[in-house]
Amino acid sequence: MKNFSKQIRIELINMLLKRGFGHLGGSMSIVETLSVLYSGVMKIDPSNPSWEERDYLVLSKGHAGPALYSTLALKGYFDISLLQTLNDNGTSLPSHCDRILTPGIDMTTGSLGQGISAAVGIAMGIKIEDKQNRVYAIIGDGEMNEGQCYEAFQFSVHNHLDNLIVFVDENKIQLDGFTKDIINPLDLEAKIKAFGFNTVRVDGHDEEAILNAINNAKNVKGVPSCIVLDTIKGKGAEGFENLVSNHHVRFSNDQNVILHKAVAKLEEELS
Amino acid sequence: MSVTILQEQINSPVELRSVYANTLSDIIEKNKKVIALEADLMGAIKTDSVQKKFPNNFINCGIMEANMVGVASGLSLRGFTPYMHTFGPFATRRCFDQLFLSIGYAKLDLNVIGSDAGVCAAHNGGTHMPFEDLSLVRAIPTAVVMEMSDAVMFENILHQVESLHGLNYIRITRKNMAQLYEENSTFEIGKGIVLREGTDVTIVATGIMLNEALQARDILAKEGISAAVIDMFTIKPIDESLLKDFAAKTKLIVTAENHNIIGGLGSAVLEALETSRAKVVRVGVRDRFGQVGTQEYLQEVYGLTAQAIVTAVKENLN
Repeated sequence: MKNFSKQIRIELINMLLKRGFGHLGGSMSIVETLSVLYSGVMKIDPSNPSWEERDYLVLSKGHAGPALYSTLALKGYFDISLLQTLNDNGTSLPSHCDRILTPGIDMTTGSLGQGISAAVGIAMGIKIEDKQNRVYAIIGDGEMNEGQCYEAFQFSVHNHLDNLIVFVDENKIQLDGFTKDIINPLDLEAKIKAFGFNTVRVDGHDEEAILNAINNAKNVKGVPSCIVLDTIKGKGAEGFENLVSNHHVRFSNDQNVILHKAVAKLEEELS
Repeated sequence: MSVTILQEQINSPVELRSVYANTLSDIIEKNKKVIALEADLMGAIKTDSVQKKFPNNFINCGIMEANMVGVASGLSLRGFTPYMHTFGPFATRRCFDQLFLSIGYAKLDLNVIGSDAGVCAAHNGGTHMPFEDLSLVRAIPTAVVMEMSDAVMFENILHQVESLHGLNYIRITRKNMAQLYEENSTFEIGKGIVLREGTDVTIVATGIMLNEALQARDILAKEGISAAVIDMFTIKPIDESLLKDFAAKTKLIVTAENHNIIGGLGSAVLEALETSRAKVVRVGVRDRFGQVGTQEYLQEVYGLTAQAIVTAVKENLN
């Protein structure tokens, strides 16, 4: 899992470097979570992305698409060379997730707050048919400004959607600055717990901790689970970590050097 | 399409809300992949009977329209066919971005029933009175936008949208409407219906304005003016070829809608006839908000009457 996280990060940085700009921060903060989900947690078949028995992932913070694209490519959903086409004219890898364009993307997202409702709808449909598939959703802490998130929380608890696990990527920075300065989120874990979720907070860059939290959540019956990920926006690239304006970055020459160094370091660790 | 047009419209005792509840039950009876969604308004549209009969196929989402559309998108992803009802403003304005992205852009399926078309919202007043719902949904690429003309049509269209992919918006009034078509008529989405032929002017109308248009036709006939009346229940995609035929035949087209003249039927007809030489005049709500009142009073206030259509015809017919 740790190596897979490194591989994802290498592909992710390389694809953004090729483009010269992108949503680096929020992509880097969910790498470990994606690495865990796609290392045996999710029931998937990369050769058959629309397999009905699969588990679903809705990346509600759709701007982190590049992190998921890297993961999907490494899992063999599509050729890894496609990663070099991020945001090209006519590409199948747009800045925000698109279920029609990209194999392995379960839901189109990008307008914040909407993906979580779609995830809840998928989970509800699975319950109605008495099936065993699970649904995972990743929302951002900035995204939790959106009222629709709380509508979805109420609905999922009321309907006992214990086949749903929601991750909150608490990287503490939104586009305009620190979340505490824009709209103070207070204690996200306590908030979501108050809605009736089984809730836990873990180090979002510790694969083992994430895996344990998922395994525990799977055993909880009757209520959905939420795993609050304590993360660092821009994790893995020194100089970007916790940079206040790292939501969407157009890389300077210095930053290019930093990112190339980060890739070199990760590659060295892998070899 | 196999439409039998009644020569005289009848005062139908059937409420469209009963048609919705009964037809939905019929549909779910045969297809367990159909799910009905409500946002705490099942009492208003009588779908509590559907919930009782098919609890597994019915979700009351509470007063959370944005989430309801998202839930519908998730259900659609799992191969279900969702039908969602709420009042028109809440089914469109309130959750417009959700309809646009989670359904339209994501290429998923949802049948939206928006109730109490325009002034039919009567005593619920301006907050509940949609004069812009058709305009909004029309702006979503590939969406199908319809307004029901009577109970017979509503039942048939509810069955048709079961297998029509994408976002389909069906505007209704919950109460009874004049019946224009014989029972068991079937309709073709995207095709207008010539209710009456005429040679001097063509009145193109939808919903409650069809009854007004037919009355206007009678008044005009007494003055020697021959008016055709077209039921354009599909506002998008609009029946361009029928409009062009009548634009060539009558030179004057008058549209009549229970909706703002900006963005609704009148606009759609103007767009369809942009290269035609026919003159198009719009009767409808002139960029105003709603208010409380009886339907009759509000039709007077906003100029949604047979007389308003007659005036528009006479002022514009050379």
